[in-house]
Amino acid sequence: MDKKILMKGNEAIGEAAILAGCTHYFGYPITPQNEIPAYMSKRLPQIGGCFLQAESEIAAISMVMGASASGARVMTSSSSPGIALKQEGISYMSGAQLPAVVVNMQRGGPGLGNIAGSQGDYFQATRGGGNGDYRTIVFGPGNVQELADYTIKAFELADKYRMVSMILGDGFLGQMAEGFVLPDKVERLPEKPWALNGAKGRAPRTIASLKLKPDELLEQHNLDLKKVYDEVSEKETIFDTYMADDAEVLIVAYGTSSRVCRKAIRVLRESGIKAGMFRPITLWPYPYKDLTDISKGMKKVLAVEMSHGQMVEDVYMSAGRFVDVDFYGRAGGMLPKVETIIEKVKSYV
Amino acid sequence: MCKIYSYPESLVDTKTHYCAGCGHGIVHKLLAECLDELELREDTILVAPVGCSVLAYNYLKVDGLEAAHGRAPAVATGIKRVNKDKIVISYQGDGDLLAIGTGETIHAANRGENITVIFINNAIYGMTGGQMAPTTMENQVTKTSPYGRDVSDVGYPIRACELINTLENPVYIERCSVHDVKNINRTKKALKKALQYQKDGKGYSFVEVLSMCPTNWGVKPQAGADWVRDVMVPYYPLKLFRDNKEKIND
Repeated sequence: MDKKILMKGNEAIGEAAILAGCTHYFGYPITPQNEIPAYMSKRLPQIGGCFLQAESEIAAISMVMGASASGARVMTSSSSPGIALKQEGISYMSGAQLPAVVVNMQRGGPGLGNIAGSQGDYFQATRGGGNGDYRTIVFGPGNVQELADYTIKAFELADKYRMVSMILGDGFLGQMAEGFVLPDKVERLPEKPWALNGAKGRAPRTIASLKLKPDELLEQHNLDLKKVYDEVSEKETIFDTYMADDAEVLIVAYGTSSRVCRKAIRVLRESGIKAGMFRPITLWPYPYKDLTDISKGMKKVLAVEMSHGQMVEDVYMSAGRFVDVDFYGRAGGMLPKVETIIEKVKSYV
Repeated sequence: MCKIYSYPESLVDTKTHYCAGCGHGIVHKLLAECLDELELREDTILVAPVGCSVLAYNYLKVDGLEAAHGRAPAVATGIKRVNKDKIVISYQGDGDLLAIGTGETIHAANRGENITVIFINNAIYGMTGGQMAPTTMENQVTKTSPYGRDVSDVGYPIRACELINTLENPVYIERCSVHDVKNINRTKKALKKALQYQKDGKGYSFVEVLSMCPTNWGVKPQAGADWVRDVMVPYYPLKLFRDNKEKIND
């Protein structure tokens, strides 16, 4: 059996990125993700890579864009208000089909909010906080092991589809230390024949998102992007279930809230109430079909979030077509209460 | 027989979208000639800004990447940190470099990134139709300063070379102009020196080029060139500020 090591979630992301072949990191300090740049500033020089603290989040994502266009595996990380600033670059990279991994360790908002964990950026992450018709692949890991594993996966899918991938964690996940097994080092990185490295012996290449003739060019470009997004939706959804097989009430939660729900389900089961959980791991593409199938025949579906209701819209769009959906959430950096979840589920049966 | 002049290999033979009397075409051609002479065409990555020169990659036969407005020096930084042995050029206008991209401009210069920044200063936003720029002259009328730039309200035009000259790391800073032949030749020398320094790994170079925008200034091409000479040059002195890290005092 592989040996477990103990690390904070944020550090686990950093080491996983290195194992994924990430050679470049650009970022700007913000709590509660500061362990990531600190870790990268220590580790990247050891492997001949580059850590650079940028003058702003906008500059950082722009540096990411330049490094990505040059063919490197590159990452940036931030927390909610910083991710808001990065949306410009995320949109430009999406338009130019440049891959990168962006980590958002969410904190309470809106505005400066606070530095505790939150899930208030679900809309921003899954609906594309930037301008234009684009998508990013979004992972919602639920523990330190998954933060590491899905960081590897995020790099893989970003390169495969030439998209931006996002790890959507939160301050609690990033700060907590848990034992986990380091993922295997990625040995073979994909070729990037589109990368910019000087037009030696070939025609010059331009990577741009500007398509000035709307009738001929931009619409086709949008259709090409849609084709990629359709393929990702078809092939790349990931989810997990907990005691859902015989459940009569299905809780839907991701990330840190799913940990609270797991505890509530254990207590409910002890008192004979058949509660279970559906946990989406890819938040975009959202596993609509699987949630729809699993929720059929349930007495109730309860969405639980650390927000006042964002992911619940995806639950309405899937489970909600056949089953009654309820919602419970807390915002402002607060965790949902186990007792409230138990109370709500009890009221359904 | 010896051929002493021909169309630069690095320049695409095509129609231009630039207006009559615009300076961008001149600077593109000079840049192409420098890339030819230094044999850098196949080693160059050009970052195009947002502004009239967003389409610069249509005219230069080099790899190109389009940055968001003002972000070109940060994008160029990302490219250079991966492609250490390539020539990376950030080509920017005045709104891009001194308004929305001031932070990126100052910090790339301060880090001493081994890139070349070419700054086209024509005292106006061209592509959006002639709004006031950070370099718009005092009392200059633009679409958004219809009564003339009021420096008590919006401040004085910013001098980029002087600002960057306060930093320690840049190796080469020069202000040129393309309003007449003599100055066009001087601009070419500056561009060539900047690229040579980058090739030699010396560090950050900054070449400001005063340029014409007759369309948005509402004048004929020759009057545009005269306006650069008579109005811009007195405020933006044409001079070498720093060469090979050495500060030039005058």
